[in-house]
Amino acid sequence: MAVVEVRGITKHFGAVHAVNGLNLRSEEGEFLVLLGPSGCGKTTLLRMIAGLEEPTAGEVLIGGDVVNGLPPRVRKIAMVFQSYALYPHMTVFKNIAFPLKAEGLDPEERREKVEWAARLLDIERLLDRKPRNLSGGERQRVALARALVREPSVFLLDEPLSNLDAKLRAAARDDLLEFQRRVDITAIYVTHDQVEAMGMGDRIAVMNKGEIRQFGTPGEVYDDPADTFVATFIGSPPMNLLEHQDFLFGFRPEHFLPREIAPPEGGTPLTYHVSRIEFLGSERYLYGHVYGVSEKTKVIAMLPSTVTLPVAQEEDHEFVVVKGKMRFFDKETGLRTSPRPL
Amino acid sequence: MATIVRDIETERTQARRRRRRGRIGLYTAAITAAVMGAFPFIWASLTAFKQNKDLYVKSNNPFLFNLAPTLDHFKFLFNDTNFLTFVRNTMVVGLAVVAITLLISLPAAYSLARLARKWGERLGIGIFLVYLIPPTLLFIPMQRVIVFLDLQESLWSLILVYPTITIPISVWLLMGFFKGIPRDIEEQAQVDGYSRIGAVMRTVMPLMFPGVVAVIVFAFTLSSHEFIYALAFNKASAFKTIAVGVPTELVRGDVFFWQSLMGAAIVVAVPIAVVFNLFLDRFVTGFTMGAVKG
Repeated sequence: MAVVEVRGITKHFGAVHAVNGLNLRSEEGEFLVLLGPSGCGKTTLLRMIAGLEEPTAGEVLIGGDVVNGLPPRVRKIAMVFQSYALYPHMTVFKNIAFPLKAEGLDPEERREKVEWAARLLDIERLLDRKPRNLSGGERQRVALARALVREPSVFLLDEPLSNLDAKLRAAARDDLLEFQRRVDITAIYVTHDQVEAMGMGDRIAVMNKGEIRQFGTPGEVYDDPADTFVATFIGSPPMNLLEHQDFLFGFRPEHFLPREIAPPEGGTPLTYHVSRIEFLGSERYLYGHVYGVSEKTKVIAMLPSTVTLPVAQEEDHEFVVVKGKMRFFDKETGLRTSPRPL
Repeated sequence: MATIVRDIETERTQARRRRRRGRIGLYTAAITAAVMGAFPFIWASLTAFKQNKDLYVKSNNPFLFNLAPTLDHFKFLFNDTNFLTFVRNTMVVGLAVVAITLLISLPAAYSLARLARKWGERLGIGIFLVYLIPPTLLFIPMQRVIVFLDLQESLWSLILVYPTITIPISVWLLMGFFKGIPRDIEEQAQVDGYSRIGAVMRTVMPLMFPGVVAVIVFAFTLSSHEFIYALAFNKASAFKTIAVGVPTELVRGDVFFWQSLMGAAIVVAVPIAVVFNLFLDRFVTGFTMGAVKG
């Protein structure tokens, strides 16, 4: 177990600034998620922690020691790649035993540890198979067993679920979390999928263009986004952002309700024109715009299917932004500001 | 309804006929190609066992033994010519060239494919272009080099010069193979506890086997059939390879030792053909991979 920290870390590939002077510190045993769109530098950051890329500037610390310049093999880390990177010419047993062989353990110890890891991940019956004969989920387990077997101080995971189909992914997410809790090893997990990030992360670092936009618990980044990027990147559908005078204000679709069903403490009233209603089973999305403020901006409201809808398509209705749920941003910088009167 | 059913029946018959015609065409083409490929072997094998009296009579059917077959010409080949020396020389040169080619082109191809990001591709093509300069242009300057190094009349001249042909194409070929192996695998091995070289040796090299086989076959066949350099550098029988030795020593003036010539050809060609067939699949993937991804 160890704390991972980066200080002022920067990586430039020629003119491309992949990571720009970024600071981050994990807690011990934490499940930390790096979330961002593709090309935001999250994988580069992970690779610098692993030692597969050397930073242009800044420091990487694992367990309090600066590990800059050290090759990956001495960093006591384990990494799971998106592709799982199983060695195709080796059996599952040999794949899992590979890091142990590198450490110079004798065959007897190797066998014991491989069997221990295989038991933990319930893949004992696969040990004699070759990777090509495994399903996606089984491959992931083998990759995890191989990562686990030499008891690393940190797990680095690079989108390990994105190669699985949707059905498997939910189950694999569950397995992965349960596994991390059990071994209690700090994990840094890279993903572009906000559902994964929200569901798995103890804390989420939201990245864009080589910088961390916000670092906090899933609740914090969802409820109190630090800027408009975080506000619109997290949440599906994203936060509604409307321009008013010299600032922006935003609210989540589920906090925009018809006056009749809004909580009694009230909120900010807005007249909403509903142009289309989408029925999605458990909920309904309403698309339209509000009168008076940036009427061209599409505003989405989300209502659970359990409430009766007092409004139909192509109708106007009084809606309310639930009290305390309005967020304000600077128009120029996009950063959070204090509440402003509408 | 009835018309539709009848239409389906006619369609079905026609489709069946089309399919049958297609198969007949395919097999005709395949058999023709096989016969054409095998013809030199058959011709050489028949001729090698013929008596002089059989071969040199015009009215005899060349595809049949008109007189009893004989081993005399093989005995002549093995006992009274330097054929075995040629075979030995070819083996020595071939193996040495294969070894040198692999030793140089594997690291070169790896570096170009993995380390030299932008320049790798261009350099690879540049190296490949070198291969296009024919030995017929190069043998005179090469001769000067060989004389300068005092390597004429020795196998070393060939061992030194053949890699100039084999390495460029092998580098290009192997680059394609390296690119076909995901980078993740060697990075994973580095994270798992090996140095870069250790990781490559343990995880990438085993996957390079088809590429290595392709290079071995290519380098070996090239050094055994190359003619111009071998003819230019070495005059003494002791240093001739098969490609030069057979045509220079089994044709004396205008006398052709046809049966022994043919015998020499099949003795060499048959083992190579067998090896080729064993590795045919890998060999084909080798060249197509290099072609597609190189």
